[in-house]
Amino acid sequence: MNALLQVEGLTVALPTRSGYQKAVDDLSFTVDAGEMMGIAGESGSGKTMTALSLFGLLPHGARVTGSIRLDGTELTRLTGKQLRAIRGRQIAMVSQDPTAALHPILPIGTQLTEHMRYHLGVSKAEAMSRAAALLETVRIPDPEQALRSYAGQFSGGMRQRIAIAVALAAEPRLLVADEPTTALDVTVQAGILRLLDRLRRERGMAVIVITHDLGVMSATARRLAVMYAGRLAEAGPTAELLGRPRHPYTRGLLDALPHPEALEAGGARLVPIGGSPPSLGRVPDGCPFHPRCTYAQPSCATSRPEPIPVAEAHLLACPPDPLRAAS
Amino acid sequence: MRTPPWRRPLALAGLAVIGAWAVIAIFAPLVAPQNPLAQKFGILLGPSSAHWFGTDELGRDVFSRVLYGARITLPLAVILIVAAMIIGAVLGGIAGFFGGWVDNVLMRVADLVFAFPGIILALAVAAALGPQLRNAVIAVVVVSWPSYARLVRSLVLSARSAQYVVASRLLGSSGLRVLFTDIRPNAAGPVLVLAALDIGNAVLLLSGLSFLGLGAQPPTAEWGAMVAEGAQNFNDWWVGLFPGLAILTVVLAFNFIGDSLRDMLDPRTARAVRLR
Repeated sequence: MNALLQVEGLTVALPTRSGYQKAVDDLSFTVDAGEMMGIAGESGSGKTMTALSLFGLLPHGARVTGSIRLDGTELTRLTGKQLRAIRGRQIAMVSQDPTAALHPILPIGTQLTEHMRYHLGVSKAEAMSRAAALLETVRIPDPEQALRSYAGQFSGGMRQRIAIAVALAAEPRLLVADEPTTALDVTVQAGILRLLDRLRRERGMAVIVITHDLGVMSATARRLAVMYAGRLAEAGPTAELLGRPRHPYTRGLLDALPHPEALEAGGARLVPIGGSPPSLGRVPDGCPFHPRCTYAQPSCATSRPEPIPVAEAHLLACPPDPLRAAS
Repeated sequence: MRTPPWRRPLALAGLAVIGAWAVIAIFAPLVAPQNPLAQKFGILLGPSSAHWFGTDELGRDVFSRVLYGARITLPLAVILIVAAMIIGAVLGGIAGFFGGWVDNVLMRVADLVFAFPGIILALAVAAALGPQLRNAVIAVVVVSWPSYARLVRSLVLSARSAQYVVASRLLGSSGLRVLFTDIRPNAAGPVLVLAALDIGNAVLLLSGLSFLGLGAQPPTAEWGAMVAEGAQNFNDWWVGLFPGLAILTVVLAFNFIGDSLRDMLDPRTARAVRLR
């Protein structure tokens, strides 16, 4: 496998009133070319900070250590100008809220061609015809008309499709989608994910989908990483992770999803995870999840678990491994 | 939601009045019955069929002088508002974009200007530069630019953290490119509205300086200066009344246009301007 993106020991520390606090703590993962990978976790688990660190656009004062290599290039050591040449061209981002991510008073065509012309240096006419083709690709009806329209004239799902087209404008090799379906209706979510998956196949583009909804990932992502409090809890092939979760936190996330079958069988509708995720700077010693974990043992409060391989391409940061028997 | 311009009687009236004054300004030599500077008639004659607005203390035709006055006030008002707009927008953009000490210095200078009543500061600047029409224009620009700087700064600040700006940066835009492609279109509407509302103020301020002898100098036919002459001949009401009415109609018409523009383009921003 040729890894397109290699993240090793990534740590992002943000300045807070009580000094620097780690939003991402010693995170490592790789993304192969043309693969779709999911990063899941609750709000505040460091998913978005991980994404922003790939772009070198972290909040002011943030400290990054570790290594982020894109096709062999170390991103953490690039200058602002070199980073700008990579953003959009090599890696692009689709953000959570398509309503806010598109400019309200610039025509769609301008937004699509702006980055295309900057990165690819194509003429205005060429950019416009490419833009129309892109809108066609993301299944926007009547692309010529859409180029002259404004963001407000489209529905939420359409806007997300347009936002994806804008991100694709300079033909990036890696697309990072930060909660791309959160702001959308359930019926539209599947369509967006299928679109991302099709773009991945057709363009050989790698996709990282960041989400808090494990169900969203089940159909499309090949591999899944579950983060908790800035650290990797569990990572592995999606089917294995969702079918036989080994980390109590992954299990908790799955139990917190609605299961109609369970209800019919007289089971609980949803099982919430007790407590709430730790805030920045309040991460407990030992395993960060132990105060909320039903399987917690005394050792969990003292030693910090490192992700170790437990099966083929399956990493687990839970030494007691209480769910091993279940799998 | 948006009422078209032709359904807004005040906007229409304002446009008609300004249009009429613009035509008068352009064709003054053809429209005016007399040379505005010719002192060849009886002094202080009341309005009559020969002199519709009477004559002043030097025997000049007040009607012709009022018409010629439009040639001074209208273009200067436009020039100075454009100058104030450009200076204010550039400084405000710099302040909002770079922040830090640049922002502090520029905004404290703006505060300094705001701390004075406009007319007093304009008086001081005009007096310091010397009584000349050109200096009066500079004085009005000095007083006017901070409103634009503040407006543009606040627009830049709010747009800078907007998601679409962040999205643009994530796709490789540099800071300056974001400022020009993504933020500038947002600022254009509110700035134009502010300019339309402010131009009436500017006309008043400029005429005020001339009235006080710091702007247009005799024998120039300028409305403010003419009102000042009228104030010295109080019994001959026509000398001051007609140029005064000219100022009134122009300011009122600009304000009508500005109000309607604000309602059409930007319901929220320019409200603060009216408080001044």
